[in-house]
Amino acid sequence: MASPDLKDKALVVEDLVLYFKLTHGIVQAVDHVSFSLDKNRAVVVIGESGCGKTSMGKALTRLLPRNVSRYSGKVYIDGVETMSMDDETYRREVRWVKISQVPQAAMNALNPVLKLKDQVMEPLLLHYRNVSEEEALEQVHEVFDFVGVPDAFIERYPFELSGGMRQRVVIAMALITRPSVIVLDEPTSALDVLTQANIYNVLKRIKWEKGTSFVLITHDVATSSELADDVLVMYAGHMMEHSSAKEFFDEPLHPYAKMLMAAVPKLYGDEDLQFIPGKPPSLLNPPTGCRFADRCPFATEKCKTEPPTFRVGDRFVKCWLYEKDADEIVNSPQELAGVQE
Amino acid sequence: MNTQKSTVVDVTARSTEKPLLSVRNLKVWYELKRFGFLHAGYVKAVDNVSFDLPRGEAIAVVGESGCGKSSLMKAILGLVHPHDGEILFEGKNIWEGGREAMRAYRMQVGYVQQDPYGALPPFMTIKRILEEPLILAGVKDKKKRLERIIRSLEEVKVSPPEDFLNKYPHMLSGGQQQRVVIARALIRDPKMLIADEPVSMLDASVRVEILKLLDEVQKERNLSVIYITHDLSTVRYFSERIFVMYAGKLIEKASTHEILHNPKHPYTLALLNAISDPLAENATKLRDIPPGEPPSLVSPPPGCRFHPRCEKAIKGLCEVKEPRHVQVGERHTVACWLYDEERE
Repeated sequence: MASPDLKDKALVVEDLVLYFKLTHGIVQAVDHVSFSLDKNRAVVVIGESGCGKTSMGKALTRLLPRNVSRYSGKVYIDGVETMSMDDETYRREVRWVKISQVPQAAMNALNPVLKLKDQVMEPLLLHYRNVSEEEALEQVHEVFDFVGVPDAFIERYPFELSGGMRQRVVIAMALITRPSVIVLDEPTSALDVLTQANIYNVLKRIKWEKGTSFVLITHDVATSSELADDVLVMYAGHMMEHSSAKEFFDEPLHPYAKMLMAAVPKLYGDEDLQFIPGKPPSLLNPPTGCRFADRCPFATEKCKTEPPTFRVGDRFVKCWLYEKDADEIVNSPQELAGVQE
Repeated sequence: MNTQKSTVVDVTARSTEKPLLSVRNLKVWYELKRFGFLHAGYVKAVDNVSFDLPRGEAIAVVGESGCGKSSLMKAILGLVHPHDGEILFEGKNIWEGGREAMRAYRMQVGYVQQDPYGALPPFMTIKRILEEPLILAGVKDKKKRLERIIRSLEEVKVSPPEDFLNKYPHMLSGGQQQRVVIARALIRDPKMLIADEPVSMLDASVRVEILKLLDEVQKERNLSVIYITHDLSTVRYFSERIFVMYAGKLIEKASTHEILHNPKHPYTLALLNAISDPLAENATKLRDIPPGEPPSLVSPPPGCRFHPRCEKAIKGLCEVKEPRHVQVGERHTVACWLYDEERE
């Protein structure tokens, strides 16, 4: 099934849709998102709270709540399509093996009554039956060393560690099965600046030395630049822009991305901070047309119809403003993900 | 031991004449007990902190979690009894004069909490939330109270105020909730405002809105503000002076510009170094972070508390003798042996 082109990508997402059912309607949390991620790269997904970032992370690792009303699209991990698998096959062959997740508030994700070594080696023992406990323990030592947690800590319980240490243990746990993709959901949002910088150092070293790819979900634009190779901007369930980090941090294209960047406090320089007036639309009955139009200073009549995604150079942007400069209109999700059928 | 006694006057303050608030050698220590009654030492959350806050100045206290900044704030609000030292408000010690004096003091201080949703009682309407401080202040006339409520909602730009009076906190967005918290802190026209991480729970786009609002209110009312935060990147937009706190001590005090452009203490340098501006090249280099973690406050290291993590530590001095605050520039003092000319 997999074309040779897909093989070079760690992750290809085509037309991913995730809707939730509530008593008063359908929440369109992730609405037709397509992108791809090369091996050994990191994409950051940024946006305000409630824009569907976390839902997308959950959709990738298939950790879904019960009220899903629609879950469709294609997700290729290392060239293998995973959406058509049933839950049991997915659990056995994909989750932890090929893709693992560091959940939001990960420092509280550890089991308080298990020793660290026991819970860190658990995914390894469950997914690789031929690994003995001694071998697993050796691996635990290795990943602890890698993320910078002292070796003696493996015998301890989570409460004996500081927040930053616990965070590193969870990252170690996501790393132990050597997946090709790790989804990080707000990995540092509850931590201090020094600890934050430290965690990003660890993540960078994992990326450089182990060749792992990352999907980093965050609302903190400034620190996201610590890991980003590509940037994906989400707003109200839609993908608004997808660029390389270099181009994005130089000059974002989409008006929403521009305003988001203008709201980032900077240590030096003297530009005035700007904020985005209004609030994101409800995903229950999202507006037709461009979902950002209500808050957009450049909105025109045209924005009442939903813009297609335009390709400008190597970048993708979903905004009518780029109709003239665009190289082409991208229609197929395959094209958006940068793979040929 | 008490090397900080030499700085009686805070040279970093804008004016040293009649400060609104003076903190002198403040110690907030929490007693640890074994078996519930045996003394087992102290957690020295705030240890020997002194500073002056003139009228109309906004200062920021910056430090990592567990450095004692919240304890400092609690002591200033009169919520915990200091172990030693004085807190003088308009020249009077807030703990002398009994309950009435404390009540009168608290009427003049506003407090903006960190988590707006947790700070607003969920079963009260916005009107009731804002009315309560006025009732306690003895405003008897109902009409007058309503007038003031509407005025303060307008001041924090919750508009139209009439629409919000009968709403409950959960019906408001995070930004609006924080505005109501600010309105409540301001409704008794305080002279001083204490803001404990007022924007850390908010979304990036809303954060800026609230910072701008606080800045406006501060300038308009000529308020003294103590802004407590761990995020150095937001302080520039708001405060005039920065105090850097580490393990219960103020280690550097200077104007915002001085801290950002001419930092002295190795810890301040490390903090500044750890903050990223959104630039693509960040992804290509590792950041220089001091090893280890902040010390336990039960038995902090002797001498300078940062010495176990400091690259520039001077052997035989930093781990033995505690550094005192020395002036290194106009309105800039630092507690570090590297800058003390009298070191042996």
